[in-house]
Amino acid sequence: MKKMPSRTLLAALLLTASAATQAQALRVGLAEDPDVLDPTLARTFVGRLVFAALCDKLVDVDEKLTIVPQLALSWAWSTDNKALTMKLRPGVKFHDGEPLDAAAVKFNLERHKTLPGSNRRGELAPLASVDVVDPLTVRLNLSAPFSPLLATLADRAGMMVSPKAAQAAGDKFGSKPVCSGPFKFVERVAQDRMVFERFDGYWNKAAVHFDKITYTPIPDATVRLANLKSGQLDFIERVASSDIEKLKSDKKLKTASITEIGYQGITINIAKSDRAKQNPLGRDARVREAFELSLDRQGLAQVVMDNEAQVGNQWVAPSNTFYAKNMPVPKRDVARARALLKEAGVPNPSFTLVTPTTSDAQRLALVVQAMTRDAGFDVKIQAAEFATSLNMADKGDFEAYVLAWSGRADPDGNTFSFHACKQPLNYSGYCSAETDALLNQARTLRDVAERRKVYEQVAAQVLKERPVIYLYHRNWLWAYNAKLSGVQQIPDGLLRVTGLKLAP
Amino acid sequence: MFEFLLKRLAQIVPTLIFVSMLIFGLQQLLPGDPAKILAGEEQDPTVIAYLRTKLHLDEPLPVRYAYWVGGVLQGDLGESVRTQQPVLELVLQKLPVTLQLATMAMTIALVIGIPAGIASAVGRGTVWDTVANVFALWGISTPNFWLGILLILLFSVQLGWLPASGYVSPFDDLGANLASMIMPAFVLGNAIAGVLMRHTRSAMLQVLSSDYVRTARAKGLREPAVVLKHALRNALTPVITLGALELGTLLSGAVLTEQVFTIPGFGKLIVDSVFNRDYAVVQGVVLVTATAYITLNLLADLAYFLANPRLRA
Repeated sequence: MKKMPSRTLLAALLLTASAATQAQALRVGLAEDPDVLDPTLARTFVGRLVFAALCDKLVDVDEKLTIVPQLALSWAWSTDNKALTMKLRPGVKFHDGEPLDAAAVKFNLERHKTLPGSNRRGELAPLASVDVVDPLTVRLNLSAPFSPLLATLADRAGMMVSPKAAQAAGDKFGSKPVCSGPFKFVERVAQDRMVFERFDGYWNKAAVHFDKITYTPIPDATVRLANLKSGQLDFIERVASSDIEKLKSDKKLKTASITEIGYQGITINIAKSDRAKQNPLGRDARVREAFELSLDRQGLAQVVMDNEAQVGNQWVAPSNTFYAKNMPVPKRDVARARALLKEAGVPNPSFTLVTPTTSDAQRLALVVQAMTRDAGFDVKIQAAEFATSLNMADKGDFEAYVLAWSGRADPDGNTFSFHACKQPLNYSGYCSAETDALLNQARTLRDVAERRKVYEQVAAQVLKERPVIYLYHRNWLWAYNAKLSGVQQIPDGLLRVTGLKLAP
Repeated sequence: MFEFLLKRLAQIVPTLIFVSMLIFGLQQLLPGDPAKILAGEEQDPTVIAYLRTKLHLDEPLPVRYAYWVGGVLQGDLGESVRTQQPVLELVLQKLPVTLQLATMAMTIALVIGIPAGIASAVGRGTVWDTVANVFALWGISTPNFWLGILLILLFSVQLGWLPASGYVSPFDDLGANLASMIMPAFVLGNAIAGVLMRHTRSAMLQVLSSDYVRTARAKGLREPAVVLKHALRNALTPVITLGALELGTLLSGAVLTEQVFTIPGFGKLIVDSVFNRDYAVVQGVVLVTATAYITLNLLADLAYFLANPRLRA
């Protein structure tokens, strides 16, 4: 009898101890397995999610997409907008103990520009040279004014890796990355897990409340959710939109729904290849207008995304600072669509819509097919595996193509490569000297109001020609343990791990 | 004996050369440009050009094949273009997982399938027979991914007894390892058990009606001895052949089951690599699997040779 209390005490102690050990690890479920963990070579969205724990950037974006300090404390543009001087945070160390100073920043930006296979070279094209002004000051010299530079530095191009480790590892750096983020790399087992542990020398150590963080790729949304519900994971990204309603009533879990900076749209071949001239949709802007007018965007968002999307008609969402208010979302108007088709002399235009094989894209294509039939369109659907569809898009071997873009914080990242002549992502073949001039002008301006005015003109030009019909902006859907606090909802869809805390 | 072994070993070399050509050739039929897939969202033309040179995509097919075979002969299977990990390392990471899953699944299949087959043959026409047949039909016709998700919902989400998915190395924690493997092994084993049960049943029925079994019974042997000692041994031959084939299939990876339970085995690796056009990984893994298959076959041949004296002549 006497032993009972001590046993209870022991059990209680053990329980607390195990709870404490568990609270020290954060377990995140990802929708895909990331590619190489080298900021210079990295290519995927999901890789950016993991970098948020591993590699700090010169600057970051907040919930409103405003640029905020991270490794750089402050910055100033030269009067001609051709040089950006950045003051670095003092005392920052890389995971290998090397100092993060102006020389390290210069090394990194030059590595982005010169490493064979670098995916950052294009983003940093206007960067001509980097000067070390003093140990904590760098000056970025541009060949021409380029206002999206700061937003670019808030992504992989602004991530700093240890020069010593990078030089030693060469192009194998990604298999054991050394950065300066809150967590350092421990191990990676392909398609199974990535394990990082707390970096004791982190400059913002007080905001890190976990000893360890594990990222587990689980491609199936149902299985990902089951892992969260059974307590195997603390956080999952990209919850299926059909599950979110049910989750809201689950007291053990919390959800977040953040409108993306990217978009879902339909790209139309208007001049990419001869196929553009062979069908009425590519040949005649009136047919494209009729196509757009026959779509009910809210209906699409409801059926395809369970309303977890913000409808829109531009490269940025209507809530974005750079949304062109002179070009509002058009309402569905079947009568007007029919009239336009009659005017164009093709009352029943027929074309093929290529879609990726994901279930969302397929659903989207089916609803589009049904909606546009009311106006007289005959849409044929062709599902193509990603590699195949990419090839078709690049060769212009398509009439219309369901295509999404993960988005960039600056509107330049959502427009230039898509609508400027001969750019790599310009699958529609749209090319206009006037639009090119405007897109280039927007790059030279720093004042938001002035830039917005330019983008209004771009919108007026581009949306009239309809190389892309923008449909909606999906919501990033997250679900997590209700005990997890400090989740920042940033529209780039990347989970920031500093400030996260798991209550016992 | 020695001569036989030498002959069989000599046959392996041309087989492997043929397999390596087949793997390499078939991949080229995949649509799409691997450099474009690997270039990611940005589709930077300089990156695409760089990847094309790096992967030797500009060179003729035989030259590319020679590059690869040259590496393989030096023990270098190449590296994943997507993650920069050496293919050999990937294979070594995944081989033990696949081996364990295959062994556990096969054990479950044998433990369920063979007794069920015997019971159903011995009690032909009784309730046991019906129950075993219904079970076999269920095993064969249930889709793996569906059963997997149902098991997760029951044992992980509702009851909380087992982890929903993921893999723990047996060297880190044997208990957790078994807990993570039991559901996927059951899903795979369940399907094979049905097939094994049907084959055991029909083989047993045939043997049980043969003369020597009647003789054994006439001698006054007890029924369990007749069934297990005399009949089963002969009935098992076709079942063993089938079991070996199923084991071979398990070793090449169980894609859907691995996907549902997030078990990092061969199946998931191959499928993901095909979609990402990570040629080096596909080639490496298929080559290793093919070698394992051929080796297993050789071992089986040797076993027949040792077991059946008539072959030695």
